[in-house]
Amino acid sequence: MSSDAAIQLLTPDGQLVSDDRTSEYLPWIEKLPESRLLDFHRQMVVMRRFDTEAGNLQRQGQLALWIPSIGQEGAQVGSGYAAAPQDHIFPAYREHAVGRIRGLDPMRLIEMLRGLSHGGWVPSETGNFHLYTLVIGSQSLHATGYAMGIALDKLNGNASGASDQDTDAAVLVYYGDGASSQGDVSEAMIFAASYQTPQVFFLQNNHWAISVPVERQSRTPLYLRGTGFGIPSVQIDGNDVLASYAVTSQGLLDARSGRGPRYIEALTYRMGAHTSSDDPSKYRENDEVAYWGARDPITRYEAYLRGKGVGDDFFSEVAEEAEDLAAEVRARTMTLQDPPTTKIFEHVYTDAHPLVDAQRDWLAAYEASFADDAGEGAGR
Amino acid sequence: MTDTLTLAKAINLGLQKALADDQKVLLMGEDIATLGGVFRVTEGLVSEFGRNRVIDTPLAESAIVGTAIGLAMRGYRPVCEIQFDGFIFPGFDQITSQLAKLTYRHEGSARFPIVIRVPYGGHIGAVEHHQESPEAYFAHTPGLRVVSPATPQDGYWMIQQAIQSNDPVMFFEPKSRYWQKGEVDRETPPGAFQASRVVRTGTEVTLVGHGAMVSVLLQAADIAAAEGTSIEVIDLRSLSPIDYAPIIASVQKTGRLVVAQEAPGHASVGSEIASTVAERAFYSLEAPVLRVSGFDTPFPPAKLEGIYLPDADRILEAVDRALAY
Ligand SMILES: Cc1ncc(C[n+]2csc(CCOP(=O)(O)OP(=O)(O)O)c2C)c(N)n1
Ligand SMILES: [Mg+2]
Repeated sequence: MSSDAAIQLLTPDGQLVSDDRTSEYLPWIEKLPESRLLDFHRQMVVMRRFDTEAGNLQRQGQLALWIPSIGQEGAQVGSGYAAAPQDHIFPAYREHAVGRIRGLDPMRLIEMLRGLSHGGWVPSETGNFHLYTLVIGSQSLHATGYAMGIALDKLNGNASGASDQDTDAAVLVYYGDGASSQGDVSEAMIFAASYQTPQVFFLQNNHWAISVPVERQSRTPLYLRGTGFGIPSVQIDGNDVLASYAVTSQGLLDARSGRGPRYIEALTYRMGAHTSSDDPSKYRENDEVAYWGARDPITRYEAYLRGKGVGDDFFSEVAEEAEDLAAEVRARTMTLQDPPTTKIFEHVYTDAHPLVDAQRDWLAAYEASFADDAGEGAGR
Repeated sequence: MTDTLTLAKAINLGLQKALADDQKVLLMGEDIATLGGVFRVTEGLVSEFGRNRVIDTPLAESAIVGTAIGLAMRGYRPVCEIQFDGFIFPGFDQITSQLAKLTYRHEGSARFPIVIRVPYGGHIGAVEHHQESPEAYFAHTPGLRVVSPATPQDGYWMIQQAIQSNDPVMFFEPKSRYWQKGEVDRETPPGAFQASRVVRTGTEVTLVGHGAMVSVLLQAADIAAAEGTSIEVIDLRSLSPIDYAPIIASVQKTGRLVVAQEAPGHASVGSEIASTVAERAFYSLEAPVLRVSGFDTPFPPAKLEGIYLPDADRILEAVDRALAY
């Protein structure tokens, strides 16, 4: 389950690893201000608390579905902070912490999973964090296409009209071990390698695709897939937020510097169910869950920070912030209104479309006919 | 011997029977073995038939269908599960360009007895891509047979008939009906595999639909009966080919037809029925054939599904319009 190939900067008991393999990456950590090191912890703790609250809201009937990401905070928070402001992020559907780091209000996720929207956030307002993609693997091609656009801007004299900063952007795309089997994902790697796109493929290997173990998807460690496509690839301990930060930072720098795409396999674990509809006791052993529980990204990082002298005050302040966010999310969830029925017809097309317009008008008249009937005991 | 079974259990027993009767039958799909499928339709089958007959595949729909084609060439009768309606599209090329055409291209020397099971349709409040009704794409594709059972009885028998078919069959399972119970007679086979069926007789208006819509039509017919209107309801059961005889006979009696479906109406199965009935029964019609469909928009966020999906009221609104002619 763990792997000798994986880059680890922090041992499960929170000690920094300095050796030949980590020396390349440690400078990324050394140059971080203390406040950013604290942000890593804050974000992991707060988003875990958010995740728990969202799960509670689902059980209480407030959400149709919840997609937990508990256990994957190290992989997500490290890589999320590695991205520069101008970078573009193409998530799958479990990268809640990355979204928050980029400025996505977690309520957008609540609304989506309550059944009020299909996402609907505006990437330019959420730190270029694009919409979730539920069709497994599809976003990998969108990410590669976006990265091709960045590269073409340089070659074509910025024909897309992007800002100067944006021409220096790279793309970070997330997907899972299950997704690695989809044709789209292989095709994305082929295009990325062929055009040497500025992008990082970030595979969160959480060891399961619903009930199917990663061994069914691949007989080799997945990072070797990247290598096979000609993309320099690294495997990391995904429960080590520092490794995730440093290796993703390096990968994005390489990509941004015109050295082509990079591929990171982050070994992590989905501690919870696939979604609130899933029952993992049907397919996996408690031992395995316990093994990963002992490698928790937050406990490890807390030990590291305490070792550096960070005191109780900070940890209790973070705990309070987490409670506050949970309470705020709960309160705001209770005030959510159902969307108007006209939302069905909005934005199907950018320009007017006669069929959609006619159906919207028909529905309005139909609904009005019920209003007219009211009080007259008109039956139906 | 009749049992009261859910649709999910009835299909499960039909699959079990098919696996037991014919060694060549294989099940393949995502999460179908250990987990028994996300809807538990294949629950228990891996323990009975083993991992070489009930196969958890990697996550790749194109590969599931594409390898099923190769397995069929090798003499197997694969039954593929697509986890949800909206996830059939990564396999669309293999289904429409390959599977649908291979018998034709082989000029009959090869058969492709492959069943593709697709839980489909709305009413379950799920996130996007989990509530769609993509059957028209497949009904539009020559070379595929397309069916949808509405009851446990049909679920039990039609899945076996689909597996016995020598042609590829798209088997659309109305997932909102999985947990509804009904009587299943496991000894007496029903009628023909792809026959449509009158499920309620009436004299004034004919309603036609398939899958989960059939129960909505029956509900509408009940309400109409209480208001003094007599409605006939036909369960289509097969979308390609469509068995028109009961529909035409019904329209000759009632003179009015309303076709209903969850799928968007434009270029849909309902459109096809409307035009065929207009061609074949023009002089029997007292009113234009009316369609009641999902709107021509993507499936909306779940909180709006109750507005998007036709309900009994929307069916009856069309019935009123038909009767007003
Ligand atoms: C094309 C497609 N097929 C099937 C599904 C159903 N499905 C949703 S998540 C999932 C497993 C994904 O596993 P992985 O890529 O490892 O991501 P994880 O959920 O573990 O984060 C499956 C099969 C889907 N969403 N899209
Ligand atoms: Mg996974």
